[in-house]
Order: sequence, then C-alpha cells, then structure tokens
Amino acid sequence: MSIDQFKYSRIPPEAEALRAEVRAFLAEALKDYPAVRRADSWMGFDAEFSRRLGAKGWVGMALPKRHGGGEASPFARYVVIEELLAAGAPVSAHWFADRQSGPQILHYGTDAQKERHLPAICRGEQFFCIGMSEPNSGSDLASIKTRARREGDKWVVNGQKVWTTNAHRSHYMIALVRTGENSKRQEGLSQFIIDLSLPGITIRPIKDLTGAEHFNEVFFDELVLDADAIIGTEGQGWGQVTAELAFERSGPERFLSSIALLHTLIDAVGRSPDALQAKEIGRFAARLVTLRNMSLAVTAQLAAGNNPAWEASVVKDLGAVFEQEIPEVAQLLCELPPTVQGGSDHAQVLAYLTQMAPSFSLRGGTREILRGIIARGLGLR
Amino acid sequence: MRDLFDSSVERLFSDLVTADAVLACEGGEWPTELWTAVEASGFTLALVPESLGGAGATWADVCGVLRLAGRFNLPLPLPEAMLANWLLGASGLAAVLGTLSVAARGTLRLENGRVTGAAVDVPWGRHVRHVVAVAAGAAPAVVLLPTEAATVVRTVNTAAEPRDTLKFEAVVPLASAALPTALSADVLKLGGAMMRAAQIAGALETVLAMATTYAGERVQFGKPIGSFQAIQHQIAVLAEHAAASVMSAEAAFAESDDRLARLPVMAAKICASEAAGIGAGVAHAVHGAIGFTHEHALHLTTRRLWSWRSEFGSLTDWSQQLGRALCGAGSQALWPSVTAGVLAAYEETAA
Ligand SMILES: Cc1cc2nc3c(=O)[nH]c(=O)nc-3n(C[C@H](O)[C@H](O)[C@H](O)COP(=O)(O)OP(=O)(O)OC[C@H]3O[C@@H](n4cnc5c(N)ncnc54)[C@H](O)[C@@H]3O)c2cc1C
Repeated sequence: MSIDQFKYSRIPPEAEALRAEVRAFLAEALKDYPAVRRADSWMGFDAEFSRRLGAKGWVGMALPKRHGGGEASPFARYVVIEELLAAGAPVSAHWFADRQSGPQILHYGTDAQKERHLPAICRGEQFFCIGMSEPNSGSDLASIKTRARREGDKWVVNGQKVWTTNAHRSHYMIALVRTGENSKRQEGLSQFIIDLSLPGITIRPIKDLTGAEHFNEVFFDELVLDADAIIGTEGQGWGQVTAELAFERSGPERFLSSIALLHTLIDAVGRSPDALQAKEIGRFAARLVTLRNMSLAVTAQLAAGNNPAWEASVVKDLGAVFEQEIPEVAQLLCELPPTVQGGSDHAQVLAYLTQMAPSFSLRGGTREILRGIIARGLGLR
Repeated sequence: MRDLFDSSVERLFSDLVTADAVLACEGGEWPTELWTAVEASGFTLALVPESLGGAGATWADVCGVLRLAGRFNLPLPLPEAMLANWLLGASGLAAVLGTLSVAARGTLRLENGRVTGAAVDVPWGRHVRHVVAVAAGAAPAVVLLPTEAATVVRTVNTAAEPRDTLKFEAVVPLASAALPTALSADVLKLGGAMMRAAQIAGALETVLAMATTYAGERVQFGKPIGSFQAIQHQIAVLAEHAAASVMSAEAAFAESDDRLARLPVMAAKICASEAAGIGAGVAHAVHGAIGFTHEHALHLTTRRLWSWRSEFGSLTDWSQQLGRALCGAGSQALWPSVTAGVLAAYEETAA
C-alpha cells in the first residue's frame, strides 16, 4: 500500500475516442427516461437495454475476442461504464457479470465454462448475481455455513444466502460455499457457478425500505450440481473472492450513485445560485473530479497486473461518504421537501437517494471494514 | 526529470530543513544559508524556459518538489519564487535571481509606467527583494517590483510565516509586460492555490507518517494505541484525505502547461483545504497532550495546514467560483466538464 500508488493516469486517446459514441447512443436511448429512474443507477434492471449494449459490444468488452469480447483496454471499459452511470442508464442486469463474473470465469474457468458463459455475457444475455452474504455472515464473510458435499461426481449444496442482488432475475449465481473443514476458517471455501433454474433452489425477494425488490434470500435444499460447477480450485475460494475485491471496490459506481441528484440540484438551483448553493455544488464537483482521478489511478494499477486492494478501499470509503453526503446537503440547499409521489424531478430524486444512501456504505464492504483494511495497510494491525 | 528532482530535493531538505531551522525562522530570522543552498540547487528557475536561462521543466516535473516543500515545512518562498519566475518567463521577461515572491491580492494599478496600491498577503514580503504581480490598468500587466520601494505592514500566519502588506506609491517597475492573453488576471492566485494544494498534500503525508508511527509506539491499557479500532479508523480517514490531496495536486500539475488548468487546480485547492483541517484534527487527536506541546514537532506541520488552506483562496472561495460556473452552464455541462477536465463555458472568462 502507498499513497504514491495514486499516480495520475489520463485515459489514453484511443479509449477516450469511444466517449462521443457512447454519449450519442445514450442521448438517444434515454431520451424520455425520467430523472427518478436515472437515480436508480446500477440498480436499474432492464434486460432489453443490456442486450442492446451487448449488441454494441459494450458488455464484457475487455474479454478476449475468441470469447465474444472486444479485447478493449480497461480504460475503454471505464469510459463506457462511467458514461452509463453518469447518464443513469439501467445497467444492473449485466452489471455483476460485466464487472466481476466474466473476468473471474476468464481467469479461473475451464474451457467449457468459458464457452458456456462468456459469449452469452458479452451479448448481454446472461446475468449473474453474487452469493456471498448469509444471515449470520455479513462482514465476517469467512464464517459462512452454506456447504457443498461430494456425492460421486456431483456436489450437493445446502444452506442459505441473503441480500443477493438480482438473484430473482439472474441466470447464475457465483456462490462462496464451504467444501471442507479446516482449522483455519478461510480454508475449505470454494466458489460455484450455480444455475438458478435448477431444482432445490428457492429465491425470495426481500423488499428494501422503499418497498422495491432488488435483493433476495436464496435457499439451497439438497441442490445437486455437476462436478464442473466449481470454479477455480477447490479450497481456494477465499483467495479468489479477495482477488475480486479491488475490481469491486474501485470502479465509478463507488462514487457516482448520487450523480442524478447533483444534476437535478443544479437544475433546481438555477443559473444564479446563492452563496451557499454555489459553495456546496462547487465542493461536490471538486470531490467528484478527485475521486474519479483516484479511481482511474486504481484502474491503471489493475491494468498493470497489480493488486491495489488498499487503494480500492480508499476509493470506496471516500466515495461512499461523498455519495451519502449529496442527499444530506442537497436537502439543506432548496426549500423542496422530498416527494415520492408528485413533486418536481429534484424532489423525487432527493427522496429516492435519501432512502438509498444508507446502503452505499454497506454493500461491497462496510465503512468499518474498509477502514480496517486501510489501517492494516498502514501497519496498524 | 521528476525522479531526479524529487530525490535531489529530498536530500537537500532532509539535510537542511530541520525542526530547529524551521523554528529559528519562526522567530523572524531570514535563513540566508538555507535560501542560498536552495537557490544554488536551481529550483527557483525550474519553470523558466531554457531560452531565458531556466531549466525548462514542466509543472508535472515539479509537483514532487512542492509536495516535499510541504512535507519538510520549508520556511522559504520557494513555491512563490518558482511561480513568479514562471510568470515572468511566460510573459517574455527575464527571470530573477535572488529572493522573490508573488503578490496575488491587492489593489495594484499600473498607470503611466508607475505602480500604485497595496499588495496584500505577500509571502515573505519583508524579506524578499522582488515581488511579481499582475497589476490592473488599461490592460492587466505583469510587473516586477522592487520591495525596497514599498512600505511594509507586517503580518504573519499561524505558522509565523510572513504574509505582509506592501504599499507602493508611484513605483517604476523593474520590468513589465502585457499579461499573455492565454492567462487570466487571477493567474497568481490560481498558481498560488496550486502550490498550496501540493504543499498541503505533502504536509498531510508528514502528519500521516507521524500519527501512524506514534500510534504504534504509544502504549495505553497495555497495548499500542494503534491497536484500538477507534484510532485505526481515524488514521484511515487521515490517509484517505492525504491520498485525495496527493491525487488532486498531481492532477492539477499534470494538466497545467503554458496555462494553469483551472478546473483541476480549483479541485485540488478545494480538496486539499478540506483535507487540511481533517488531517490536522486527526493527527492531534492521536498524539494526545504531547502533540499539543511546543517541543513536539507536530505543530510545525499542523500550524502550516491551518494557514495554507486559507491562502490563495479558501475552500469556500474556490467552491463558490466553481459552483457558480457550473450552475451558469447548467446540469448537462457538469459531467462533460468533469471528463474533459475543463469548464468549457468558463475558461478565461474568470476573474
Ligand atoms: C443494497 C445491498 C445490496 C447487497 N448485495 C449483495 C449481494 O449481491 N451479494 C452479497 O453477497 N451481499 C450483498 N449485500 C450484503 C453486504 O455485503 C453486507 O450488508 C455487508 O457485508 C455487511 O454485512 P451485514 O449487513 O450483515 O452487517 P454486519 O456485518 O452485521 O455489520 C453491522 C455493523 O457492524 C459493523 N461491524 C461488523 N464487524 C465489525 C468489526 N469487525 N469491526 C467494526 N465494526 C464491525 C459493520 O461495519 C456495520 O456497521 C448487499 C447489501 C446491501 C445493503
């Protein structure tokens, strides 16, 4: 770890060249898209839209061509996803496959697994969810109890996952499961690609505090999996999961979740802000510029084959504070109470993001866990 | 050039810029030997084109030098001299050897070849021989002024660094030129903000290192205080803000060339100014009472952070400018401005 790893990294011109095309596509595709839907950001699910992006070559675009990808650089992918997020496009359906599952299958998967999943991911047709958390295992992920036992050449899975975003509308889950008993809890964990259409799986949406259904509880009852459902090496699941974290924690979705509110705030304030409005909007923009540069610096590290887990935690924690502060400050700047029905775009987006904001410092690792990682990197633990 | 600059400056500063040297300056002494050594290293001319006798370095080359000036509490107007000579060079004027600073605020006007008015908050104004300013008039002009012609009103900041008011009455500048059209009239404020952002980043690196080390050494309740989660998390927040300051300063320097990159510079000063207070607060909390003593070196850096954040435009000042520009341009302009690093509607209409 080191602060010096935050090296200023410009997006290379060939990647930057994509931006105009993405912007033009989004301007057209989201012409009539309401502001409050844009606030959904990477929680907005639209399978058809994901397929259209797949057809443009913008899903799994960094994967190899032989697997249906575009062999684009990480920066080209960055340009595409930050434009999608800034515009508030509904990208949730393919988000986890694009960010996490696809690269993981490429890295650890067998040829058959790559064949089965990667081309369909790149077409924007195969959706994944991430099954890590369990009722008694949140931050303390290594304590998970969902278990797979071998029977002949099959695996039989029993247990429960929870908070699994999109499980009710995904095709596959990549699940972290216990496959062995070891003295060290982190050992004996493995990852499986679970086909969610199989018998033995019950998926129940859990309403979030707004009443919307994004996440789920997922039950496995004598679920039978083929031997090749395991991904990577048996017993190496913990290492595989932690290797994903730098990808999971440093992207633009870690600081752009409230950008829709920044947009409506500027509109609501109008061309002549008062002193306080100007100050807070300017301050947000400055932090946005800086967070983006930090996130790009981590992208450069990842592209160079390093594991910037510490730097990614810095981006995610600062980013979550930023995302959460936008609704807190926005409600102080205009006399426009938040509305869930009726009201202006700004009042609706304010209502929505005010209610979503608590999750920003939970999903993907809580504030306390991230600060613990940062402290460890500093040698404090 | 960057690595060479960083390593030679780090060597120079770690040899000469000791806590005692810094404290001696705070007593009001001008550190002649230290200045001579720094000037001999050539850095006051780093940003001057080679054709005018300088090193022809880019802003990106010197970001590390400025961070190091912050890290070591350098009690000299090296950042100011570098900025002043850069502006002279950019205006086609010869660079100046010897003590030099900038006047970024005040009421200076150039009329009939003479400068009148007050230069406010001039760093080391009482000690330097020359100051560079942008004087108002029929058109803004870059002027090089002799300080011996000024009346000095002494002011010092929280780190006892001179920030003097210099009053000029019909003084003939030693050199003057029209402000290049590519530069805005607030160029010295903007440049000063960029310098302070890098110095703050460096200062935060220092307090982070001090807090981390102390937390590992100080034992209470039978264990190092760094083993308490409350302390760990506070230092993690300090590290995050130090990283954000470093990143934003590096971006501002990297994007500046013949002109200063206004949006990245504003972002850097805003983020650094916010980070300064947070970082100083955490560092003091971690150090307990010992860090509140004159004997402990922590205050050498925190007292600088508390002034630097307000100099050359505070968080509020720059945020308001940026916020007004963004609102004026409308919400659709926000994201394109961020990705381009440029406030299209705003550039050069500022100030
Ligand atoms: C919107 C949303 C979507 C999600 N999507 C998914 C998903 O798709 N897949 C998935 O697997 N999970 C998902 N999660 C779950 C998420 O990963 C967990 O919420 C997170 O890991 C925290 O676990 P927990 O909620 O059980 O809280 P807990 O771990 O019980 O934590 C509660 C509080 O205690 C603190 N705490 C815990 N341990 C410590 C410690 N050692 N020191 C100090 N403080 C501590 C935490 O920081 C937190 O403040 C999602 C969560 C949300 C909110």
